[in-house]
Amino acid sequence: MTDTHAAALIAVSAGVTALLRFLPFLLLGGKRKTPEFITYLGKVLPYAIMGMLVVYCLRGITPLVWPHGIPELLAAAVTALLHVWRRNTLVSIAGGTICYMVLIQFLFV
Amino acid sequence: MNRNLMKQVIIKTIPVMTGYLVLGLGFGILSENAGYGIGWVLAMSVFIYAGSMQYLMVSLLTSGASVISTALATLMVNARHLFYGISMIGRYKGAGKKKPYLIFALTDETYSLVCGDDTPPGVDPHLYYFLVSLCNQIYWITGTVLGAVIGSAITFNTAGIDFAMTALFVTVFVEQWLTAKNHIPAVAGVVITVVCLIIFGSDLFLIPSMIMILAGLMLGRRRLDCPDRPVGENEAAAVEESVAAGSGKDAAVAESGAAGSDKAAAEAVAVVEMKAAGKEEQP
Repeated sequence: MTDTHAAALIAVSAGVTALLRFLPFLLLGGKRKTPEFITYLGKVLPYAIMGMLVVYCLRGITPLVWPHGIPELLAAAVTALLHVWRRNTLVSIAGGTICYMVLIQFLFV
Repeated sequence: MNRNLMKQVIIKTIPVMTGYLVLGLGFGILSENAGYGIGWVLAMSVFIYAGSMQYLMVSLLTSGASVISTALATLMVNARHLFYGISMIGRYKGAGKKKPYLIFALTDETYSLVCGDDTPPGVDPHLYYFLVSLCNQIYWITGTVLGAVIGSAITFNTAGIDFAMTALFVTVFVEQWLTAKNHIPAVAGVVITVVCLIIFGSDLFLIPSMIMILAGLMLGRRRLDCPDRPVGENEAAAVEESVAAGSGKDAAVAESGAAGSDKAAAEAVAVVEMKAAGKEEQP
């Protein structure tokens, strides 16, 4: 691939990504007063989106094939429990990640 | 801007710093090994600034993809950003000169930090959002460039370290769960996405999920839009039912595949507008 073509691909990807990020603001953000349903969505969407993102991150697991997504689900559960227990974001993330690394490097190899 | 505010921003963004340095390092190594070194890495992290897309860019670049397929791949992978915008319109209103950057820098991770209502008291929220967004991109650029420069010198086994990002989202999800009065939106997000993942498979499920989540939340608006009222089980069932009722049309849209994904996004917006119009007619 030539450098020009590579640069073009990066430019296209950057353009489409920016378009997706700006589009809602361009289409719905223009009015002086925010429409009520947008205020409503601003309140409830974050909860739904985080749920969606968690599933999105775990989309690669294979429930019917070994290791049945056990490392991912176990590490996610450890993360969640740590967070309920300590309410400390760093502890939860570090604990969950280390747990996952140990699981896939030593137990589910 | 004072030192205290900067300190709060750094503390707030440490989880993303950790995740971005790790994921950035991974991307830098990958890209460097594929023959796209520091200059390319820097360009992608500055201008694209979307983690999973940049990972995909490496394979698009090495496989000699066309401009069209790159555009479509970006559309599919990043369509979820439409969602972040919709829910940040209110909060980013009146941000003035900071607004274009706030919108440009709205990644998954930044969104997870700014979507809550936890701006420190007495601070201009837009300045706070701006600093959080800027710090996050600096972490990402640092991580990715570092990966391209020194990545191959790392000797310990880093397999699985990318779970940091999943852990971040799990943590935010749990934190929101513990503070939310109403758990229906969170449950709906998980259940609808899992159902769509099963039906459409891991390459195509995000857009149908988004459409159905939007449709479900708009249909359940009357019940969900009064935060002080406790919501019972039967009402949760009502939301699920209304979601199921909307699924036929959404499935049809999703089946049009990659080429139709921009149409699907437009449809999502149209659905929202239709629902809003319908809502206004009823007193």
